[in-house]
Amino acid sequence: MLSEKDRRLLKLISEDCRLKPEELSVQTGLSPEYITKRISDWENEKVIVGYQPMINWDRTGDEKVSALIEVKVLPQRGYGFDKIAKRLQKYPEIKALFLMSGGYDLSLLIEGKTMQDVALFVAEKLASLEHVQSTATHFVLRRYKQDGIELMGEEETLQRLVVSP
Amino acid sequence: MNNYLATHVATLPPSGIRKFFDLVATMKDVISLGVGEPDFVTPWTVRESGIFSLEEGQTMYTSNAGLFELRDELSHHLNKTLNLSYDPHHEILITSGASEAVDLVMRAVLGPGDVVLVPDPSYVSYAPCAILAGASVSYVPTYARENFRMRVEDLARAYTPKAKLLVLSYPNNPTGAIMNREDLLPIADFVNEHDLLVLADDIYSDLTYDETHVSFASLPGMRDRTLFVSGFSKSYAMTGWRIGYVAGHADLIQGMTKIHQYTMLCAPIMGQFAAIEALRSANEAKNDMVTAYDRRRRLMVHGFRQMGLDCFEPLGAFYVFPDISKTKLSSEEFAEQLLIEEQVAVVPGTAFGPSGEGHIRCSYAYSMEQLQEALKRISHFVERRLTNL
Repeated sequence: MLSEKDRRLLKLISEDCRLKPEELSVQTGLSPEYITKRISDWENEKVIVGYQPMINWDRTGDEKVSALIEVKVLPQRGYGFDKIAKRLQKYPEIKALFLMSGGYDLSLLIEGKTMQDVALFVAEKLASLEHVQSTATHFVLRRYKQDGIELMGEEETLQRLVVSP
Repeated sequence: MNNYLATHVATLPPSGIRKFFDLVATMKDVISLGVGEPDFVTPWTVRESGIFSLEEGQTMYTSNAGLFELRDELSHHLNKTLNLSYDPHHEILITSGASEAVDLVMRAVLGPGDVVLVPDPSYVSYAPCAILAGASVSYVPTYARENFRMRVEDLARAYTPKAKLLVLSYPNNPTGAIMNREDLLPIADFVNEHDLLVLADDIYSDLTYDETHVSFASLPGMRDRTLFVSGFSKSYAMTGWRIGYVAGHADLIQGMTKIHQYTMLCAPIMGQFAAIEALRSANEAKNDMVTAYDRRRRLMVHGFRQMGLDCFEPLGAFYVFPDISKTKLSSEEFAEQLLIEEQVAVVPGTAFGPSGEGHIRCSYAYSMEQLQEALKRISHFVERRLTNL
């Protein structure tokens, strides 16, 4: 279990991983040494698994296509869904992979340059895998919100008084 | 037409903030740390329920005391969070902001000749409301060396036999001071001994850091002597909705309800529906805001101490109140020169009472980037003043 101070520290890093230990120290009251040590522990324990900026590729003009794919799989004796999932996660095209409850088993988020790329991946790599029973591909038409960030619409601007009691 | 104004209104001094507001309005590229309201927008779920109430056609008056559903929810909330117990039928009155509640308390219990004991420095409304109620004010000074907590010795010095009401406003605007149970107990003894009523303005009670808020009304024997005032503005970033409340003994609430029904009738209904939703579902959003304020608070205290100024660590509200006396400027001079030279607006401590001299109030209800830029500019200004001495 995380302590309250560690939970706060981790949350702060998750919101802005650019903050240096000295800045984190000022904002949390924890010592820079403690913070450095803790971050390094979390990296070793794979609690922190990477540092990435959030990029809205739609604004770059670069072509990119994403699809959510529902996959029905025959579970394997002794392994369940883990064996096929371990294999699938190796594909760089697959950006996210989940085991789901409900009408299908695995949910995949796939990214490619074109629809053709994605279709090819599904047909050649995914559907032909042993134990895969069926796939259903849903292309993403537009992103409105991702990773908690609103991508659409005007930012709410505050119209506060300049000085108030 | 001034001669038509009633004498007690004509002689009422304008808010010390007003002068500053006018000056700032004429300037460009000003970073203001002068705002006493959250920089967050009301949490979406709360806004959505306000919108829904309109769609439902909820556009009428409510009962004078406010929607029962809201009073009932509040009663549970106060019990759970502050260990207070109020009957939603007779002991809670919903007002148009905590400001109205402060006014109602003063008008309901004060008359000519009565004296109100007010902490100094504190929020700008207490003294004018007391004067408009026909009473006069005796200030209880608080000091940086005591972390701006009210001490019973200072209260005793300010006391006169005509004193009827004591204002306690902790966490405090402008200092950010809080008072814990040990600080409050001797005050409670004094209140008992001198048969005083207490207006506990707990509007910032949710915004405390390191220590949880202790309400004066929860101390032994203090419930019926206390008029507990609070609202939704600061906790849930709902300043514009104008929803506050006062809770206390049924007889006193009934008196206040009489004034409220003739002057305000009821608080805005849309805000009341939104407030119900705030209590039910916005507590996590509130906690996230508190966490954000805490980070900024630490940044500000660190920033001012780095400049070589004394800055007591505020444990509540969203203000820092650094001591600028090392610069040999009065707080008004400091604020004015800082505004002109570095385009940063802060509020002179004296706007909140004479004991605010030597201090400035800086709100940290701003983004990290704005605060960092403001600190940079203030530090340039302070450095110039300190090297010229």
